[in-house]
Parts: sequence; C-alpha cells; structure tokens
Amino acid sequence: MELINQHTKKIMEGCKERARAAGLTFTDESLEYIVTNRDLIELSPKVMIPTLYDYWVHDVEVLRGKGEYELYPHNPYETVINTRPPISFYNDNNPDWLNVMIFYHVLGHIDFFQNNLYFRHTWEYDFTGQALSDKRVIAKLRAEKGRWVDYILEFARSIDNLVGYHQELSPLFAAPESSCSSRLDYYFDVFLQVEKKLPVGEYLKELAKYNEAKAANPQEGERQFFAEVAIKYPEMEAHFAKSAGAKRVERRDLLRFLVENSEFLARDENVWMRSVLEVVRKTSIFFQPQIRTKIMNEGWASYWHEKLFLVDDRISGHEVDFARVHAGVTSMPRVGMNPYALGMRLMSFIKESGDAGKMGYDFQRIADADKRKRYDTKAGLGDEAIFRVRADYCDYLFIKDFIDQDFTDRHDLFVTGKRLDQQRMVWQYYVKSRDAGQYRDMVLASLYHPPNIEIAPERGEGGALYLVHHFEGKQLVQEYIANTLIGVEFLWGAPVQLETSEAVVEAPRGREAGEEPEITWQRVVYTMKDKALSRKVL
Amino acid sequence: MKDPGKYLDELKAQGVAPEREARFREELAVVREIRSDPRRGPFPDFARGLYAWHDLAVLQHQERVANPYVAQMKALDELLERDRQREQDGFPRKIRVGRLIKPGKAGKGKIVVVPSTEEEKLIHDPTIRPPGEGGATGGSGKGDEGEVIGEQKVRETGEEPGAGPGQGEGEAHELDASAYELGRVLTEQFQLPNLKEKGKKKSFTRYVYDLTDRNRGSGQILDKKATLRKIVETNIALGNLPDVSDIDPTRFLISPRDKVYRIFSQEKDYEPQAMVFFLRDYSGSMAGKVTELVATQHVMIYSWLLYQYAGQVESRFILHDTEAKEVPDFHTYYNSRVAGGTEVASAYKLVNELVEKENLAADYNIYVFHGTDGDDWDTGGDKSIPELVKILSYVSRMGVTIAEHSGTQWTEVARYLENSGLLRDKADLLRLDVMTEDAEEARVIDGIRKLIS
Repeated sequence: MELINQHTKKIMEGCKERARAAGLTFTDESLEYIVTNRDLIELSPKVMIPTLYDYWVHDVEVLRGKGEYELYPHNPYETVINTRPPISFYNDNNPDWLNVMIFYHVLGHIDFFQNNLYFRHTWEYDFTGQALSDKRVIAKLRAEKGRWVDYILEFARSIDNLVGYHQELSPLFAAPESSCSSRLDYYFDVFLQVEKKLPVGEYLKELAKYNEAKAANPQEGERQFFAEVAIKYPEMEAHFAKSAGAKRVERRDLLRFLVENSEFLARDENVWMRSVLEVVRKTSIFFQPQIRTKIMNEGWASYWHEKLFLVDDRISGHEVDFARVHAGVTSMPRVGMNPYALGMRLMSFIKESGDAGKMGYDFQRIADADKRKRYDTKAGLGDEAIFRVRADYCDYLFIKDFIDQDFTDRHDLFVTGKRLDQQRMVWQYYVKSRDAGQYRDMVLASLYHPPNIEIAPERGEGGALYLVHHFEGKQLVQEYIANTLIGVEFLWGAPVQLETSEAVVEAPRGREAGEEPEITWQRVVYTMKDKALSRKVL
Repeated sequence: MKDPGKYLDELKAQGVAPEREARFREELAVVREIRSDPRRGPFPDFARGLYAWHDLAVLQHQERVANPYVAQMKALDELLERDRQREQDGFPRKIRVGRLIKPGKAGKGKIVVVPSTEEEKLIHDPTIRPPGEGGATGGSGKGDEGEVIGEQKVRETGEEPGAGPGQGEGEAHELDASAYELGRVLTEQFQLPNLKEKGKKKSFTRYVYDLTDRNRGSGQILDKKATLRKIVETNIALGNLPDVSDIDPTRFLISPRDKVYRIFSQEKDYEPQAMVFFLRDYSGSMAGKVTELVATQHVMIYSWLLYQYAGQVESRFILHDTEAKEVPDFHTYYNSRVAGGTEVASAYKLVNELVEKENLAADYNIYVFHGTDGDDWDTGGDKSIPELVKILSYVSRMGVTIAEHSGTQWTEVARYLENSGLLRDKADLLRLDVMTEDAEEARVIDGIRKLIS
C-alpha cells in the first residue's frame, strides 16, 4: 500500500474544493492509497481495515452459505473506510478522468459518513487506530493463551450480529433539557403504568398535576408534587428505593450481557476473555450503520459523482468515457437490484419533488394522477430535502418513505418473481407485480436485518441462559444453530436454550391433489447442554 | 425420457405397499430443494443481493482476488493440525477440505482443494418458502404483470460449479492453480485393488529412469566392453591391426567417437489399464446433504485417481433417476441437479451395455463406484440384482455408497444387496459403505478406504 502521487492528490484536492462549493461537508484530511492485488488479498478478509486483528479464518476460504443469506457486514471491496482521516483505495492504473469520477464518489461517501446520524457514534474516534490497539491486545493474549484466544474470537464472532446497535445510538441523541430525575421516570414509567396499572385518564390527570406544580414553582415544584404523591401512595418511596438498587439487566445485546453477567467469564482465569468479546462487539457496532445505509450511501455518492463530474472543467473531452462507466454502475438492471441505481434515482426523485414543492401534505392529498404530474409550486426545496434525507435517514426509512407509485412508474420498476413450471421443468422469471407497495416490501425484505433475539434470564432453569427469538416471518438457518449455541454455552458456562419458530412444509400429496402447499410455523426450543443439542416442540 | 408418473402407475399395478407409494409420490414432488443456478440462466443478477455490490468492483473493475493458498503450502497441514486440536479440546471440527472443487471440462479436470470454513451465526434463512417459489427481486423495463420474461432449465448441461454439488449456488469461486491438490493428500492412503494384467496400452506409473541407452563420445558411465569393441573395429578399418592373433593394445589408435557411454533414459513401465465408472443417483430424494456427501466422495476418488495415476485412468460418468444417462465429464456429473424418481437398475444396465458394446472387459480393469441414498422404486432389487451380478462378472471392484437420510435405516438398496448374499460371496468384488447424511469429511474418506481396500 502506497499513497497516491502528488499529481493525483492535487486532482483530489481540486475535487474537494468543488464538492464543498456544492454543499458537501467533510474533514480536510483524507488518505488515498494505491492497492495492488497482493494488498487486496490481505485487506479483503479484514473488511478493508488494514489494522483489524488477525484471525485464522481470514486465511481460509469462508463459505457464505447458500448465497442467499444476509451477511454480517461483509464488504470485501469497499473503497472508502469511515475513519479519521477517511481512507480510500485505488487501482494504480486509473486514468485521471476516471479518478475524478471516483474521487467525487468517495467524497460523497465521506460526506455521508460524517453527516448521517446513524454514524454518530463513529464520529469521535479513529477506527483504524482503535483496531490497531485491539489487534495488539489480541496478539498479546494469543502469546499467553494460545489457541484459546481463537476459540473465544470464534464464539464471540458467532453472536456479533446480536449487538445493541440502536441502544448504543439512542443516548447520543437525548436532548439535555428533556432529562428528568430518575424518581420522576420511575413514577410515571413504572410505578403508575406497571404497578398501579392506572387507566389512561387518571394517568393524564396525574401528568397534568405534575406540570401544574412545575409551572407554578419551577424549582420546588417537583419536590412538592412528590410530597403529595407520598400521601396518596405511601409505598411509592420504598418501591423507588428498591428499584434503584436493582441492577439493570441487558436484554438485547448478547455479547454485552455475557460480559456483564456470565459467572464463567467473571472467574479470575477467564477475565481476559471479556476483552476479546469487547473487541468483537465494538467492531460489529462500528460496521452496523454501514450495512444499514447501503442504498442511501451508494445512491448519495452516485448522485454527486454524476452531478459534480459533469460540471468539472478539468476533464472535458471525456464525457463519453464517463457516460459508459457511469451507465455501467448506475443503470437499472432488467432483473436484480443495484443499490447504486436505486439509491441514485431515489435521490434525484426527492430532489425533483422538493424543487416542485411535492414534499408537503398539500401534494400528498392529491389523488388525481394528472394533477400530481403537473403539480409544481416552484418551491425549489430540492437541495434542502436531499441534505435532510442524507442526515436523518437509514435504508429502511428511505425505502419506506420515498418509494411510491410515481417513482416506480417513472422508472418502469416491477417485482420479478421466479416459479417452477413442473411440467416442463423450467424456472420461469415473470413480472410479478407493478404495485409500488409490493415493490417496496420486496426491497425492505431484502435489507439487512439480524434476528430479534431477546435474553430472558428469568426463564432459564437451573442457571440456564434462555434466549427468545421473536419470530418475524423468517426462521433461523437451522444448520448454524448447533455450533453457535456451543459457543454461547461455553461463554455462559452453563446450558443455553433458544426458543424459535420453524417451518413445517407440507409436501403436496401426489400430483392430482394439486393443492398449494402451505408453510405452517411451530415454536420449538433448542437446548445446548454439555455440547449436545436437543430440540423440543413447544 | 421415461415418464416417472406412468412408471409409478405400472408399479402400482404390480402392487406396492401404500406407504411406499406415498414415499415415491413425495419424491416426485420434491421441488423445494430444486434450486436453479442463479449465476446462469437469463438473469444472473436475480439472486445477487444488495450487499454484493462494492465500490472497488463496480467503479474500478477490481476482479475478485483469490486467496493464494499455494503461497502458504504449509498452511494446510497447520490448519488440519489446528482442527485436530479442536476436536481434542472438545469442539466440533470446523475446517473442511475438498469443498470447493473446480472440475474442468473434458478431462482437463483441475481438482483443487481449498481449506474452507463457515462462520456460523444465528441469522435468518430466506430460503424457506413454499415449494416451487423461487423468491423475488427487483426488475425494470417493459412487461405486463404475469408476463414471463425469461426461462431457465432446471437441469442444464454444463452447469457451473458452486458451493456444493447438485445445487450450484453461492458466489462465484474462481480458484485455479492457487490451491491444493486433494490427490496429494489422499494419495499415500489408497491404491486400486485387484489390478489385473489386461491390454497394456497405457502406462500407469510415471517413467522410470535407467542407464540403458548408449551414446558415443560422451555420457555418464563408460561402457568398457562396448568401447573396446569399437576401438578394435576402428583399428581394423584403419589397417592398424595386421594380425588378429597378435594384438598389441598399446598401438591402438583411439578416436573420441569410439568411447561408448551408458546414459540415463526414460523407460516406460507399462501397467494394466483401468476404467472407472462413477454412478450417481440424482433423483428427487437425493436433495440436500446426501448428494453433497456422495458427490464429495466421488470427487475425492476422482481426484485421487487423477493424481495417483496421472490421469491415466479413464473415467466414465453416469447419472440416474428412473433412467440413466452418461454425461461427458466430471463437471456435468458433479453439478447436475436432483429431480425425479429412482431406479438403480437403469444405471447398472447402462454400465453393462457400455462394457459390452465397447468390449471394455477385455482391455480394462473396470471399477464401478455408485452413490445413492438407498432408495429404489424397484422393490427387492428384482431388476437391479441380475444387472449387478452381470457387473460382478467382470469388475475388479464395485463400491456402493449409501448416504442415509436421517431417520431412515436399512434402506431398500442396502436390504436387497444384503439379501442377495453377494456382499458375502463376492466380498472381494463388491463393497458397501453406509453412512448417515450428517457424516463428516473424515467419515467420507474412511468410506473410500472401505470401498477400495
């Protein structure tokens, strides 16, 4: 890996000026490296983070299921790394005009990383630096503990998709003025609702009472309010004291739960394992926003590389070359989903809608297709709209909010289905639906979504760890359950149970029956005890 | 092609237990596992997810760089050692050897072994959907709702290899010279049994080098007798040897060309030749792991033959459901998809026909390896056993591998082989290996040992 030469760096700096002038914002410094195939061999298993910890699995071919599984953030050929300063990678034989296009694309990504709020937790530190120190920790442990470090790494990585990414994010956005005392929180959130089960009317009255007291006397209002509460509910203070003493138990983040609660990991000889778990957890949380903004991020970068390239005065004469490469990247495939193409079209669509004043309620109320088409208030709010979307949205909301019938009709989009024609033994690809709702659902279903697995410590018997998989229409990959639970059992130091749902597919009985087979779901519980897996239907 | 539905009706007419009939029908209806290769067909992007698009690949046309396993030749042994250690530490093995295979076309098979593994996690499985449904993705362009915009045959010829046999899914794995030869790993362990002297057309072993050729003027070892003879000849010709009864060697004139040396030369060591038939059941019931096992085992046997006998063993490939067909190369053999009913006899019959038609028995040592899940519509082996007996009359070894589905025991094929008594009477010629569908790699290799020991 070597830095790009001065000539190319100058081009990059020129791109930065023009991108800034167009409204993008990003830090001044950036590092651009030339990568060879040899570098890529090392970089790609480490998700392009040069300093990621070493792990033997990186040296072998990792099979990726049946190719249809959603994966842990696995971006072997990403160009830009979200660090301080951002790093980006280039082939050594790119012509200048192509570099200009790629630089604009890269700057689009950097702007996105540094302004999209889903990346908020990554803004304050340099991940490659962090990774380097983690790598040293792991190397040091490996020198002491040998292969056991790799076992722990493996077990931790096997649950690294069950981390509380959103929990990590939400405290960062709590408005300071909205904070209130824990007594108040307990009284309104737990005491009245959970313990007293107050009817809504009563609850609202109670709220109003508090607000009045607070308004009448901003300093002492709360104290006076609770003095009255103590008369009405004498037990309140005792309950509050008790709840304050109770330890908060992690229910979402399995890695964190194990670090905090596993007695096995708390033993003196095993404490080192916690640092390994922490490293894996941090790494996973770092990558979470990236996989949750793939369409937006690529759409945003493509939108800007197109826009900025076309007005760049330095590269005239290469419009045709650009058009070819650009179309290759951003053309809508006849069948399939290209995040660059979809994201870029949505961004352009939002820009247009904003410019025509179509973002508001007035427009949404119009049902007449012709009127919708001709609607234009000349509001000119397009740029504001896309910059807001770039800051506040993730893929889920982006798709959910902006794919509508106007959009799918404009670009001739449809859902492609595939079905088996048993008579002729062929798979048929067909236009399944042109309905925007179905198109939207199809895209949403293909987004990254780790299973919702809750830790329910109260349900585990005899020290067992009980995990509940909240069913969302998809079962877990069955052949992975055993080996994953072996790892959890090891880290927990006691048996582990996993409650989940599984499909029962009824094979159609004979040809003449001709009935559509159906999938029914049943709840099952897996128990991993002494490295042996058993399954019980509930 | 024989219509399995009709065939089933025939069987029914002859009387089949209803429970077995239901199983047969089920087998015909197995469509859930029938997947098509997403990278072939009219729309290779169909199964390509959103997250398979990356900047370097898309913007800069960076090709996938294969892991250069060959650069770390010691790594395989190290990895295997690590895996053994895992077992001792009480965790299941994780490294698989021989999973990613790139069988080339027409004998140019490049059998490569890649140490590979999976990172298991609790993740959603999107492949669970009603039978016959193939999922959905986006599309753009013209076409009314319901309009078919492309078709793809379920069984394509010359399908690309994928992550596993008989399914051909997964990302494109372009691996060539940069990987291990499986044969090298296996080679010390096996040898073809019962090799007999038959038509010596091909050399089996590699060349032997011996000091057999002679060269005048230079070489490794001076052949003194031959040299002296030459010198005498030369001197007679020169008239330097007037009286043969009184030779004075000190007066000889010696030309450099008179010196005769022995030099190394390649000696071909002709050995008996062999032909190996690979038979694979690709009926509907073979869906899933059983196919993987059988194909893996055959890959191993095939690659071992390629390595050990330097490609001198000829191989033939036969696939069967209720009908058997010969396929031209291992590539097709390995990748063809499962569907349809089962009749083992059809494959055996085809072997007999081929052997007879091409008069192979006279010139070749014949080996037959058959892999199946043990299911056969031909109850009691009424058709199979006679064909099998015929095969046994000429083969050097026949190995049948049964990969049982979990939950089944004592499969049809195992039963009639046992009942026929052939396993006992012709133990030298016929071997049976039964394993369960969740068998590990090591078990598969063990199986090979059993089949050819």
